Amino acid sequence: MLLLKVENLNVYYGAIHALKGISLEVNEGEIVTLIGANGAGKSTTLKTISGLLRPQSGTITYQGQNVNGLPAQAIVKMGISQVPEGRRIFPNLTVRENLELGAYLRRDREGINKSMQEVFRRFPRLKERQKQMAGTLSGGEQQMLAIGRALMSRPKLMLLDEPSMGLAPILVQEIFNIIREINEQGTTILLVEQNANMALSVAHRGYVLETGRITLAGSAADLANSEAVKKAYLGG
Amino acid sequence: MAVFLQQIINGLSLGSIYALIALGYTMVYGIIQLINFAHGDILMVGAYIAFFGVVYLKLNIWLAFIISMIGSAILGVLIERVAYKPLRNAGRLAPLITAIGVSLFLENGGLMVLGTEIRSYPAGLITSAQLPLAIFGIKLTATTLQLLILAITIAMMIILQYIVHYTWAGKAMRAVSYDPDAARLMGINVDNTISVTFALGSAFAAVAGILLGLYYNTIHPLMGIMPGLKAFVAAVIGGIGLIPGAMVGGFALGIFETMVSGYWSSKLRDPIVFLLLILILLVKPSGLLGKNNTEKV
Ligand SMILES: Nc1ncnc2c1ncn2[C@@H]1O[C@H](COP(=O)(O)OP(=O)(O)OP(=O)(O)O)[C@@H](O)[C@H]1O
Ligand SMILES: [Mg+2]
Repeated sequence: MLLLKVENLNVYYGAIHALKGISLEVNEGEIVTLIGANGAGKSTTLKTISGLLRPQSGTITYQGQNVNGLPAQAIVKMGISQVPEGRRIFPNLTVRENLELGAYLRRDREGINKSMQEVFRRFPRLKERQKQMAGTLSGGEQQMLAIGRALMSRPKLMLLDEPSMGLAPILVQEIFNIIREINEQGTTILLVEQNANMALSVAHRGYVLETGRITLAGSAADLANSEAVKKAYLGG
Repeated sequence: MAVFLQQIINGLSLGSIYALIALGYTMVYGIIQLINFAHGDILMVGAYIAFFGVVYLKLNIWLAFIISMIGSAILGVLIERVAYKPLRNAGRLAPLITAIGVSLFLENGGLMVLGTEIRSYPAGLITSAQLPLAIFGIKLTATTLQLLILAITIAMMIILQYIVHYTWAGKAMRAVSYDPDAARLMGINVDNTISVTFALGSAFAAVAGILLGLYYNTIHPLMGIMPGLKAFVAAVIGGIGLIPGAMVGGFALGIFETMVSGYWSSKLRDPIVFLLLILILLVKPSGLLGKNNTEKV
């Protein structure tokens, strides 16, 4: 079933035309990846879906409803949460407070506690460090916190922006395993990556974004085998 | 020694008032990086709301405090929505100039509506008495008003710490002050959070305005200018944007000022305070408690 549909999206930063009419679809239960080089417009796409940027034209439909131009808090409320590029945790708040903020729009104290315990089960290291300032965590732990924080709103659709950035290979593997797990437990995922290899290994389908345009789309396996992708992104 | 301790007692009352004002400066700076130069004038409006409440509506002083806090909070939010919000993406200079404009508007509006007359709160509003104190056998005095100012300030600080650390609004304030876009991704309404910050800061200014009126026994439309500037200096001394910094800076400045007047000359007091501001900005712009601007609210 179609969960998210982006059609002909155009986004500008002043005079810079960052997204030039992109369209993509995400079905319920899928992991869809959006790969592309630096500056292709990947983060811009996620920011626009999350309501941080307003598109010049085009439509974003979520669960059959037009969500264009809705403020970010409305988007979160509808079940879309984002793990932003560079993690963007709140370093001056404790680990626990960061997680609580992920549940900002929820007011069911018990439910929030339950979600917190689930996050702690998934990331035991966050539990040990819950009273610590988030800024003192290691890079990998911060990425786990950012993912945990996004889970606290109980999203139907999770947007991840380069979760592997700056992490050691072993941690990258761990993060991708976690992403697969989260998906298997029912959360649909739109994954932005430069690490095409890894992204295509967990995703069902993918899109290739080049300077604001989608240039290729298909199943993850097809993309991984395509000559164009191999050349540009897989070092072959 | 007795003189020294006595100056500290006197300095604590003045410092309390500075701290209450400095908190508003620092909270607003922490969240939108604006030095709200109209903050001192909100204090004046707060002092007048209480004055009219007490004199014409015959409210008791505590009710007057509450009404003044509410009125000033509304004024603060209104100023933010009308004057600063439209300039949210206009860089830092335009809102700063606007803040000076709002300040001049409130001062001159105040002079126009209220006149140049100096008023004072009715006598006997709070019982005033000299209380003898003895510290290590040294005889000192404090007035009930001085103790009241200190007690109210400490209570307000505890309330603020509670709000900032244990309520949703407080957590939202800290998140927005650190990273507004990340806060939006949590579902936090940034505009509302900024309004809450102005409301809190302005309510604190109202309390400071009333205490100032009681302390100096005068209120007038320009009463907010000097304490406003001094509290700004206090906020910078402690580290602008840092709540504990505003508290420490306020008390430190109050005590420092009374020491200068007591041991030296009250004529030198103001020049020395502003000299201190210049020195701090030159030597440690992040303030006493600041560490390279990592943490804000
Ligand atoms: N705030 C901004 N102001 C102006 N231009 C911007 C802004 N943010 C992004 N851009 C431009 O928009 C284009 C797309 O940027 P975007 O951040 O979406 O790329 P990306 O695919 O996420 O790249 P990366 O892999 O480096 O994160 C780039 O050319 C970038 O320079
Ligand atoms: Mg990016």
